[in-house]
Amino acid sequence: MLEFLELLGKTARGSFAKLGRATFFLMHVLAGIREVLPRPNLLNKQLYSVGVLSFLIIAISGLFVGMVLGLQGYYILSDFGADESLGLMVAASLVRELGPVVSALLFAGRAGSALTAEIGLMKATEQLSGMEMMAVDPINRIITPRFLAGLISTPLLAAIFSSIGVMGGHLVGVGMLGVDDGAFWAQMQNGIDFNEDIINGVIKSVVFGFVVSWIALFEGYDSVPTSEGVSRATTRTVVNSAFSILGLDFILTALMFGDI
Amino acid sequence: MPTSASSTNHIVSVENLSFSRGTRKIFDDVSLNIPRGKVTAIMGPSGTGKTTLLKLIGGQLYPNAGRILVDGQNVHQLKTRELYNLRKRMGMLFQSGALLTDMNVYDNVAFPLREHTHLPESMIRTLVLMKLQAVGLRGAHQLMPNELSGGMARRVALARAIALDPMMIMYDEPFTGQDPISMGALVHLIKSLNTTLGLTSIIVSHDVHETAAIADYIYVLSEGRIVGQGTPQQLASSDSAWVQQFMNGDADGPVHFHYPARDYLDDLLTAK
Repeated sequence: MLEFLELLGKTARGSFAKLGRATFFLMHVLAGIREVLPRPNLLNKQLYSVGVLSFLIIAISGLFVGMVLGLQGYYILSDFGADESLGLMVAASLVRELGPVVSALLFAGRAGSALTAEIGLMKATEQLSGMEMMAVDPINRIITPRFLAGLISTPLLAAIFSSIGVMGGHLVGVGMLGVDDGAFWAQMQNGIDFNEDIINGVIKSVVFGFVVSWIALFEGYDSVPTSEGVSRATTRTVVNSAFSILGLDFILTALMFGDI
Repeated sequence: MPTSASSTNHIVSVENLSFSRGTRKIFDDVSLNIPRGKVTAIMGPSGTGKTTLLKLIGGQLYPNAGRILVDGQNVHQLKTRELYNLRKRMGMLFQSGALLTDMNVYDNVAFPLREHTHLPESMIRTLVLMKLQAVGLRGAHQLMPNELSGGMARRVALARAIALDPMMIMYDEPFTGQDPISMGALVHLIKSLNTTLGLTSIIVSHDVHETAAIADYIYVLSEGRIVGQGTPQQLASSDSAWVQQFMNGDADGPVHFHYPARDYLDDLLTAK
């Protein structure tokens, strides 16, 4: 029993210490923004590797998710003779939930893990330490541009995911299952509210982008600088990001749409 | 800009330094001075915290007790900005070279110049080519770090370390894992850069012969203390059995070949 309590205390202390380090880290990263903004080249390079290179996986996944939504939605809605609402159903589920959530999950797997591995290896090969000794703050120079790139990319990627998803739904619903084209778009136009649905979706993906970038960069920066340490950090990035995204999604949804 | 009288002769003064990692004492009340303009070596077996000492001097680690003055400034009481300004005048050569792997040789050497100065690109180009010429790698400026051999990577790192014309350079194990030719090149470079650029060099190493060949003064560290010091000649004729063992590379002596263990026969004969 005593041993169990000891272990519990140790784990709790470890987690709180890590949370503290992560918070200091975040403050440092945010303070670095004013150093990065006058140097757009640093940001551009990261926007490319974090954002642009994630485009393909987001676009393809968006297309398939939209197509599946089209299929499933049609089979359920046609039972009630409401298959004309397919456009609304596809768009609402994408814009409100699937767009922000799935694109953030994919982003964590594609870009987050890469960021952790990159930073972890830079630490292991003394590149961060070397920068410090050259009087260059590695957080400002290396971490902050990547953080900003993640923050900017996720809402854009989520928007791309949702738009392509809608096209996928259209392809299946209108193209293959014979839902009326006009009804598909008209129902969508009527049912989707700009503030209620689109803005809330964007807020969600900004929050997810913030959290995923923070987790990925901190795990890399805090990793044990060995091959095993970097591999563990990369795993933790994906796992913790997924938990955070899904947990936060529930909280945000409850705040935005729920009457809890 | 020396601020105290003691800093005129000594560029680095380590005073009563103690440092521990967990329960292990790395340094126990160590004091040493690095004279200006000379090549000073800090030697000792692996794991005696030689690299740690460089990190303490560079302000990357904090001592538990004692203080370190670099050019008259107490490194661990400086504000971040002041520390960074001091670091611009200290070069450090990491064992791995610590080159930035996403840039080629040219950009690596240009990195400190671009970060800290507002020089036009044409001026940076001239400076970078001069520094690379000094280490003999001007022809390699287009290569990426992963295309360099270990010795070349270290020379590029050296060119980068002297890019801002520092007052001193700290070398962390510069000779480890080098073939004889690169080793010879590095030995020659360290000595000649020290003279031609008027630097102060601190070499941390356990390669006795190479280091003794270029060092003006040597400190030998073991188990957190200084066990010997002097010019290479003085150390070679030292009457300390420990220093003799280290300088000659004997397998057994005050430092035993065997890790402490219980009696060998006992260990073999007792069934577990």
